[in-house]
Amino acid sequence: MSDHLLIATRKGLFALERKRSGWVSTLIGFEGVAVTNALAADGVIYAALKHGHFGAKLHRSDDGGATWRELAAPAFPADAADAPSLFQIWTMETGGRTHPDRLWIGAIPAGLFRSDDRGESWQLVSSLWNVPERKRWFGGGYDAAGIHSISPDPRDDDRVFLAISCGGVWESRDTGDTWSVLGKGLFAPYVPPEQAEDSAIQDPHRVARCASAPDVMWMQHHAGIYRSADAGAHWTRLSPPTDDFGFAVAAHPRQAQTAWFVPALKDEVRMPRDGALCVTRTDDGGQSWEIMRHGLPQRDAYDLIYRHGLEVDESGERLAMGSTTGALWTSEDGGRSWQLVNAHLPPIYAVHFV
Amino acid sequence: MAEIHFTSHLRNIVPDGPLSAAGATVGEALANVLADQPQARSYVLDDRGGLRKHVCIFADGERLAHESALARRIGPDSKLYVMQALSGG
Repeated sequence: MSDHLLIATRKGLFALERKRSGWVSTLIGFEGVAVTNALAADGVIYAALKHGHFGAKLHRSDDGGATWRELAAPAFPADAADAPSLFQIWTMETGGRTHPDRLWIGAIPAGLFRSDDRGESWQLVSSLWNVPERKRWFGGGYDAAGIHSISPDPRDDDRVFLAISCGGVWESRDTGDTWSVLGKGLFAPYVPPEQAEDSAIQDPHRVARCASAPDVMWMQHHAGIYRSADAGAHWTRLSPPTDDFGFAVAAHPRQAQTAWFVPALKDEVRMPRDGALCVTRTDDGGQSWEIMRHGLPQRDAYDLIYRHGLEVDESGERLAMGSTTGALWTSEDGGRSWQLVNAHLPPIYAVHFV
Repeated sequence: MAEIHFTSHLRNIVPDGPLSAAGATVGEALANVLADQPQARSYVLDDRGGLRKHVCIFADGERLAHESALARRIGPDSKLYVMQALSGG
């Protein structure tokens, strides 16, 4: 099990270490600054910041957060179509085993950026920015569309999958030179009915992939939850016995039939039903569900779990979950029981096992 | 008369089902259909008469650019959808 966590919050970056007495947290950087996401890779920590006044920034630490160095943040080139300004770094991912120096960033607006030198320099992947479907993308949660999920295929790191709110799910099989929109079976009730099946306007809130069966993906969509068994080409809507709105999803690293979701009342409400927080788990590909509440607040809880606020470690047994109201829980038994680590953190944007 | 559909999120303040209204532009049609419904009007348009930032209008299948949506010319058989933009959530 992983004994280390990174927690990106509205007011700084926290590191948590599991000790005999429990989880011990330390504010390791950017006190008071919004850390929109973080990434730990090869002993390096990357932190994406969003200063209220001074824009989106990127920092790197080579010593576990003791010291930080600011890197050049990705930027849209001046001659990029529409030439927007970077609003937010939403997700960061590694390039995979065959590209140890490569990093991907998904941004708002929905630019995909690539670095081949561990973040020292960044290039916009203009082939995605220039797809004609981009004219139909629109903002979900933020004014502009954004990329929040990026997943190189573990079998072929040059085959990259990503998801956009609201712009559907996309795949490149050539390291980003060309792109195809995927997502047959997704359905968007928030547009006129004749456009509801348009793949390029879907709002996948988050997509998680099974590490050992990479064709298996799970999606929390703006309207419903879905599973794909063919790397995102086709999706089947699942029917849990709970609300099927939410943002977060976690996929078991080895069991392709197992995933976790955190239900909330849909869309215009976005809170746990009846103030009672639960996590759902399926072990049979979405045919049946466990609703897990032990250790989670069952009254007066208004916690929402954002896209990157739920993660499972490589054991498949330990989970971490952080909420918009600054509560952090962990589970040692696959979500069947939870322990509150801290109820008073700043609003949590992302949790990551290191 | 244009046919106007409102998002289900406004179900409590806009009559159910598509409404119809005359108007040469989206703005005129909206003004007409909301003329006797000041509460509903205030949910779609702001206090200066502009389209609220996170309200999104589709006209005949096309999502209209926000800044020019109200000025968009429409025909007598146009179909409008007044939706919540997901950017607002």
